[in-house]
Amino acid sequence: MKSAPVALAGAARPPPAAGLSSGLLALAWRRLRRDRVALVSMAVVAAYLLLMLGAWSGLLARDWSREVAISYAPPSWAADAGTSESPIAADASGRSGSAADPARVDLTDVDPLAPRYAEWDRRAAQLQVTEQARARTLPMGADKWGRDVLAKAIKGTEVSLFVGLSAALLATLIGTVLGAFAGFAGGWVDDLLEWFYSVFTAIPGILLILAFAAVLRPGLVNIIVILGLTGWTGIYRLVRAEYLKHRSRDYVRAAEAIGASRRARMFAHILPNVSHVSLVQLSQHVVSFIKAEVILSFLGFGVPLDQVSWGTMLAEAQAELVVGKWWQLLAATISMAVLVTAFSMLTDALRDALDPRLRTERNPNP
Amino acid sequence: MARFLIRRLWQMVPTLAGVMVLIFVLFNWVGGDPAEQLAGLIADPVRVQEIRASLGVDQPWWTQLGLFARQVLTFDFGRSWATNEEVRSIFLTRLGPTLTIMLPVLVLETVLGVLLALAVARVRGTLTDRHIMILCTVAMSISFLVYIIVFQYLFGFQLGWFPVQGWSDDPVKNLLVYAPLPVLCAVAVSLAPQIRLYRSFCLEELEQDYVRTARAKGLSESAILLRHVLRNALIPILTHVAIHLPGVFVGSFLLEKFFSIPGLGREVITAVERSDFPVIKAVAVSLAVLTMLINLLVDLMYRAVDPRVSYK
Repeated sequence: MKSAPVALAGAARPPPAAGLSSGLLALAWRRLRRDRVALVSMAVVAAYLLLMLGAWSGLLARDWSREVAISYAPPSWAADAGTSESPIAADASGRSGSAADPARVDLTDVDPLAPRYAEWDRRAAQLQVTEQARARTLPMGADKWGRDVLAKAIKGTEVSLFVGLSAALLATLIGTVLGAFAGFAGGWVDDLLEWFYSVFTAIPGILLILAFAAVLRPGLVNIIVILGLTGWTGIYRLVRAEYLKHRSRDYVRAAEAIGASRRARMFAHILPNVSHVSLVQLSQHVVSFIKAEVILSFLGFGVPLDQVSWGTMLAEAQAELVVGKWWQLLAATISMAVLVTAFSMLTDALRDALDPRLRTERNPNP
Repeated sequence: MARFLIRRLWQMVPTLAGVMVLIFVLFNWVGGDPAEQLAGLIADPVRVQEIRASLGVDQPWWTQLGLFARQVLTFDFGRSWATNEEVRSIFLTRLGPTLTIMLPVLVLETVLGVLLALAVARVRGTLTDRHIMILCTVAMSISFLVYIIVFQYLFGFQLGWFPVQGWSDDPVKNLLVYAPLPVLCAVAVSLAPQIRLYRSFCLEELEQDYVRTARAKGLSESAILLRHVLRNALIPILTHVAIHLPGVFVGSFLLEKFFSIPGLGREVITAVERSDFPVIKAVAVSLAVLTMLINLLVDLMYRAVDPRVSYK
């Protein structure tokens, strides 16, 4: 960063950090706007964020768990795919057809309950049963219980994206703060944090996640905590290196000379100059955490049973595929793939725009 | 050399101690009272007390930490809470199947990844290159789960080329009959990120001066790539492979779960499902030690690959 003159000038103005960071961001924004791929992926990510907010506020997919269609109702655009040949679908479409069942034998002589059937039928007739009209097809089909797959995918988007974003925010926060302290303070603080880092990286990532998952109950907050607490190491390392580089630069010395406190130098002077590293890492970690959440939820260590995420959808889809019901798999896969592709491309564009020197792709957390 | 080794081994002591404390805090404090879980729903207070005494959790925490340290140092983690099988024997018997899957995966994905990356680096900047990169990004965005579900369905269930799942006692049969499909899944998933990464390593080397010299000398593009670029790009590639080497020993736990392979990864998953703490603790600590040893080995290997690296 050629930030020394800017920061010096900024130190004279009351809010030094604000002036500088907006300049950096404005520059990056100008570069981003020229990148058409970046604009498209940004639009896709924004659409997903709107979807997440819509589902969260209850405007969208609030009734995702209602059974609105027949079991395994096929997508309307592939209505012949799910002709109710399958025994499960036939069973769910009503028991009325079973009278024609050739295997049905008159068992009145041996059936001890036989005398009471007539009475039960009479009593059943007295009950008011409101049979809900169930759709034969849905835009994206239905699952085993007749729930709308499209609504599930939208609700799953909310959960998966929320977990990915929050966990990435938590990891970036931990990584940036610890990295700032280690790089800026040096000495025993650095030694201690480096030891901490080596401990967390000594255990392979996925095993550490599973170890945390073993002691914490499944739940939305817990999975965010697990991913955040295990995923900060790469960010810490990068931020620490940046602080090591910056702490003896002229602009920081100048700030020290005019009496800026240590905290002011760390967070008001250096942080805006290294925040692009954190930003790119944040974006990169959202992608890897979404993938991790999907796998954890699939295994049953992620979201609780009464919630839906792409991972739980895939868990159901595995069994469905064997009986030829492919639409839930398709819905979960596509909704996840589109978001992750867009987010990855946005990350690449963001990195190029924020720091043109870092054009090589080194992903520490693939 | 000897001094370097001793220094590095000495540095492992505090890290290992930290790993032990982390695991201890996680399972002995955050994890709650194991006796309550073991005794089950109808917990008889006397029985709970007995279990607590037999596990040593009624001792003060420093005694418990000492106990755990002794377990780690003697590599004797007691017995599984769920099956009463010795943890050590779980470890040793599950390692074979995991390696049967993961070693072919490691070799195949590295060799294929490097070769394809070189091929893409050769056509760098062209439309083909761009298309392959976009394809890789899309391939990377699809969950590992989807690859396994679809491959298992397509190649195992529909086409019947491979058994859907299974394992035998015969290592050769395992390798030839049961391993190919999981290996195929893992390689298919890892190829896209590997090509992207290794291509970027190759492109970095292609910008170096020695490449211009080689080109000026009149060497063919293939000769430059295979003789000069590849050898230099091997250093970051090796680092990348080495970082992921410890993961080989957990195996891909998803593969083992899907294909019912009795490996270490599936054992970890089952242990997490059953809250079988001794098994998870043992695997975590052992893999931490292994990771540190592998990192040391990699540093030594650098020396063999790159004479410019010296021991500091």
